[in-house]
Amino acid sequence: MQLATVTLGILLPLAVVGGYWLATTSFQGKAWLEGILALPLVLPPTVIGYYLLIAMGGHTWVGQFYEQVMGNTLAFSFTGLVIASIIFNIPFAVQPIQRAFEAIPHNLREAAQCCGMTFGQTFLRIELPLAWPGLLSAAVMTFAHTLGEFGVVLMVGGNIPGETKTVAIAIYDKVQSFEHTAAGGMALLLLSISLITIGISYGWTTRLTKRWERP
Amino acid sequence: MSLFLELHNDAPLLNFHAEIPSDRITALLGPSGSGKTSILRAIAGLSKCKQEVVRFAKETWSDSTTGLHLPTRHRPVGLVPQHYALFPHLTALENVTMALLALPTPERQQRALECLGLVHIAELKNRYPHELSGGQKQRVALARAIAKQPKVLLLDEPFSAIDYSTRKHLYVELLRLHETLSATIVLVTHDLEEAAQLTSYMCLLHQGRLVQAGETEEVLTHPICEEAVRLLDIPNLFDGRVEWVNDQPCLHWGTYTLQLPPGQLQPSDPVRWAIQPANVLMVRPDKPWSNHLENPILTQVIEVIKLGSDTLVWLAPTEMPETRLQMRLPIRAVHRYAIAPNQNITVCLRGTDVIVLATCGHE
Repeated sequence: MQLATVTLGILLPLAVVGGYWLATTSFQGKAWLEGILALPLVLPPTVIGYYLLIAMGGHTWVGQFYEQVMGNTLAFSFTGLVIASIIFNIPFAVQPIQRAFEAIPHNLREAAQCCGMTFGQTFLRIELPLAWPGLLSAAVMTFAHTLGEFGVVLMVGGNIPGETKTVAIAIYDKVQSFEHTAAGGMALLLLSISLITIGISYGWTTRLTKRWERP
Repeated sequence: MSLFLELHNDAPLLNFHAEIPSDRITALLGPSGSGKTSILRAIAGLSKCKQEVVRFAKETWSDSTTGLHLPTRHRPVGLVPQHYALFPHLTALENVTMALLALPTPERQQRALECLGLVHIAELKNRYPHELSGGQKQRVALARAIAKQPKVLLLDEPFSAIDYSTRKHLYVELLRLHETLSATIVLVTHDLEEAAQLTSYMCLLHQGRLVQAGETEEVLTHPICEEAVRLLDIPNLFDGRVEWVNDQPCLHWGTYTLQLPPGQLQPSDPVRWAIQPANVLMVRPDKPWSNHLENPILTQVIEVIKLGSDTLVWLAPTEMPETRLQMRLPIRAVHRYAIAPNQNITVCLRGTDVIVLATCGHE
């Protein structure tokens, strides 16, 4: 839960900026950039986990710098786990937000300009409220996905109780040690949290978009 | 105090130079793809042309030679886009207040309500756009456009998605609003009737070019070239030749000779000429024949088609049976004189109604 909350808190504002930028600009190589950002959707989690583990290890300047400053390794720490989780969740956060901003008709932005609205006023009063269902989807997907993530977390975070052990890994541990009742309880907890968040998200999204339909 | 425009662009093609009079309603009239909306967007500053000068009174809004391009939000313009572009998550009142963000909140609300009142929909202030009809949306868009008291109001085919009766009602309201606001209004339309009813100045456009500009009445009744005649949908377009006989210009049309009023006409090679169907005048059978009739031509009725309160009558001059001349008559006249195919009738083509056309430079 802590990992999911921290990931969401850091990733969502970044995804709003990135998603808006991707939705409103066009440049050479944009398709490649979008492809790179979507890689976590298609790559096996262990592959991403492996590269992140290498990048955070003591043989790279990133790992060495972190170790010098903080006194411990980035890999197998909560900070390392958050970084890995943010990278792995990029497509789940950016894509719904990008699509939401793309869906705003261009003539609304032009109408805002003709009203004399500044860029900031247009963003806060017109674009952000209209993209709200996309932001909600992004938040729910990121949160639920982090809760259930297994491969990357295990590779980068290891399985350190109180530091990098997540519910998903705990379930695996319990099954390995034949504690099926505990595993079942935790699985039910994850299932309930995921179902409730997705249910609320879908409900709100439908309500909001229905309210604005036939613009 | 006029709106001066000089716009040149490759895509979309634009080669437009005109001076739009202030405090009047001006029509930008032309078929789809003639560059009307591009001109409106250039005035608003929503798009840049390769070469452009946009100047209102002494204020320059765009000048490509100096690189000046005043951002849209700093231009004193109001825009009603084709599909209104109302903010769907805001009520009618909130939509209007978006144009008044520079004012303090209480003043903003009051001014927005005043604007909704001006277009007679103050009672719908709490409705969202999807709860409004086409005509009501158009009024909200109009209220939003006039809220910041623009010097130039731009209307991009605002009546195209509205039913006929609502449209007629809105025409009257626009004219009333214009009297109240005294703003320069530029109306983009492809509807000839709409332009004739609402505007006092007209720019006729084709393929991004200005074909003719002038007082609406003058443009409609005296198109200057064949291209303008085609854009105004005047079907009576013929070949002829101008000659001076006894200090009087005459137009030779096949075997007929039409007397023209003295003017600037010069003897010429073959010319094209036109006449409005409404200006083909039927000589009443009950009226005795006399010499005062101008350019009488005996014709045979070929076809009669009733079109609303008017009737279109196709005639063949007896001396040129292959030629078709269209006449527009009120339906009551057709009934009174029992106009029917194969009947012979005399029409007169007054010299002042005959439009001898210049050759358009781009044809």
